[in-house]
Amino acid sequence: MNGPSMNGSGMSTPVLRVEKLRKSFGDEIVLQDITFSVPEHTATVFIGASGSGKSTLLRCINLLEQVDDGTIKLDGEDISAADVNPDEVRKKLGMVFQAFNLFPHMTVLENIILAPTRVQGIREEEAIAEAFKLLERFGLRDKADQYPDRLSGGQQQRVAIIRSLARNPRLLLLDEITSALDPVLVNEVLSTVRDLKGEGMTMVLATHEMGFAKQVANEVCFLHQGKILEWGPPEVILENPKLSETREFIKRVHDAGRL
Amino acid sequence: MSDNRGRGTGDNSGSAPYDFGGAWQPSEIEVARRIARKKRNRKNALIAALSSLLVLGTLLVVLVTSPGWITLRDTFFKWAYGFEVLPKIILGFGTNATLTLIAGTSVALLGLLIALIRTSRSPALTPFRFLATIYVDVFRGIPMLLVILLVGFGIPALQLKGVTNNVLILGTIAVIITYSAYVAEVIRSGILTVHPSQRAAARSLGLSHIQTLRHVVLPQALKRVTPPLLNDLVALIKDTGLISILGVTDAIRAAQIQTAKSFNYTPYVMAALVFLAVTIPLTRMTDRMLRNSLERQNAQGQA
Ligand SMILES: Nc1ncnc2c1ncn2[C@@H]1O[C@H](COP(=O)(O)OP(=O)(O)OP(=O)(O)O)[C@@H](O)[C@H]1O
Ligand SMILES: [Mg+2]
Repeated sequence: MNGPSMNGSGMSTPVLRVEKLRKSFGDEIVLQDITFSVPEHTATVFIGASGSGKSTLLRCINLLEQVDDGTIKLDGEDISAADVNPDEVRKKLGMVFQAFNLFPHMTVLENIILAPTRVQGIREEEAIAEAFKLLERFGLRDKADQYPDRLSGGQQQRVAIIRSLARNPRLLLLDEITSALDPVLVNEVLSTVRDLKGEGMTMVLATHEMGFAKQVANEVCFLHQGKILEWGPPEVILENPKLSETREFIKRVHDAGRL
Repeated sequence: MSDNRGRGTGDNSGSAPYDFGGAWQPSEIEVARRIARKKRNRKNALIAALSSLLVLGTLLVVLVTSPGWITLRDTFFKWAYGFEVLPKIILGFGTNATLTLIAGTSVALLGLLIALIRTSRSPALTPFRFLATIYVDVFRGIPMLLVILLVGFGIPALQLKGVTNNVLILGTIAVIITYSAYVAEVIRSGILTVHPSQRAAARSLGLSHIQTLRHVVLPQALKRVTPPLLNDLVALIKDTGLISILGVTDAIRAAQIQTAKSFNYTPYVMAALVFLAVTIPLTRMTDRMLRNSLERQNAQGQA
């Protein structure tokens, strides 16, 4: 068993390699036997019912949760080892949350330059210039001095994406970044992510947006009761899955009008 | 520029009843509404004025016509005498003010430190966490007067070498000890109300635990607890008067000395007025800040 994304591309080291990961909360096993790889410049999308463990998986990769077993390797380096400093690992990872989690007491600009200036030790003028470049690119330049509560949900989420990009992460973790948004605002956020993908950003996503998954994913993994039940290219998993559980799930999402 | 705006979008300009050019006139309904509103406001103001006049006037008449009024006035409100002793009382209040400043600053720092210790999860701090909890429990549960007596009279009684017997310093220390326990709890509650997702976001950006506290958690926590902390400041100003029991000449003690000489209680009333002159503006300010922060929170809830 070698898991998703080991088909032929096993030549170079993948950006992320998760092996036999297991995680439980008390008696509840939330993730087990999770094995997959994310090669450079690709996107792996996790789909699955609510409670199937998608957020937990992303939080484990970000070392916000401690795993029970298994290994997580970033660029071949074991980041689940006991002697690893999580702060060092997180400098290479960007994470965007479902609920944006912008800092309400800071302006958009301050939100974005916090990590570059405090964590990476970049000079403030440089960080600001860099931040403005990103804001410009995503059409948010005029919002730089606003506080987050003055922005629409879609704008807030795009700021959160910019904030996670400002540190040039090796890998971007996106956890259902559109599920707190009005349908009309979803598209602006998704097109931002598509742009990033086009620029070669490596990412792992959890999403309920099947149409989006189809566009952006190199590989889709179906998570069911804490296990990767089925995986493959988006056309196969989303349109012609083998297992009945996957078919069932896709059908339910379809009926809810998200395909 | 206003004609530019007034032009509209062309397509539906014929059907739009709106003219944004500035030539808007209130409709008849709106004019009638405004007149009705003005009428109602005038009526309300009249009612308020009449009822105030009636109630306060009655109280005043009852007061000055009561048989003891003259004695009462001469005992508590002998203004000429009051203004004579006012400089001494204000001089004494200087002690209260200085003490508030010194104790206030120390309390803020010590309270913050204790709150940080109590909310930390570092295993190295376990014994300190334990001690901080006991400290808070004990000093929130003892009347401050008792702490002042214990420290102010008890420590000199030990006759320790190198330890001050200055009651002013000892009294200040007693106030700091007690208030730090209160303030630590206020700050701690503020820290606990910052949502865990804020920490998660900060940590996932690579900020260390300390950086997360300094840049993300504390600014939000302190902003939230500013109104209750200002309340504590008002209480602190008043409670500095308690150390007059050690013989420190503050505003209360100064008034007491005058009263003892003249057997007239007007100096006490003057001291009360001096305290009010400082505490009432502070209380008003606290009220306003609380209202503003509530409004902000509500606005956020809607967004
Ligand atoms: N801190 C925690 N303590 C205990 N149980 C938890 C904790 N976090 C998550 N769980 C449990 O783990 C399971 C998986 O949760 P997770 O948030 O990963 O699901 P999800 O796939 O992201 O769901 P959703 O689509 O609703 O976001 C759930 O049953 C949840 O109750
Ligand atoms: Mg989730």
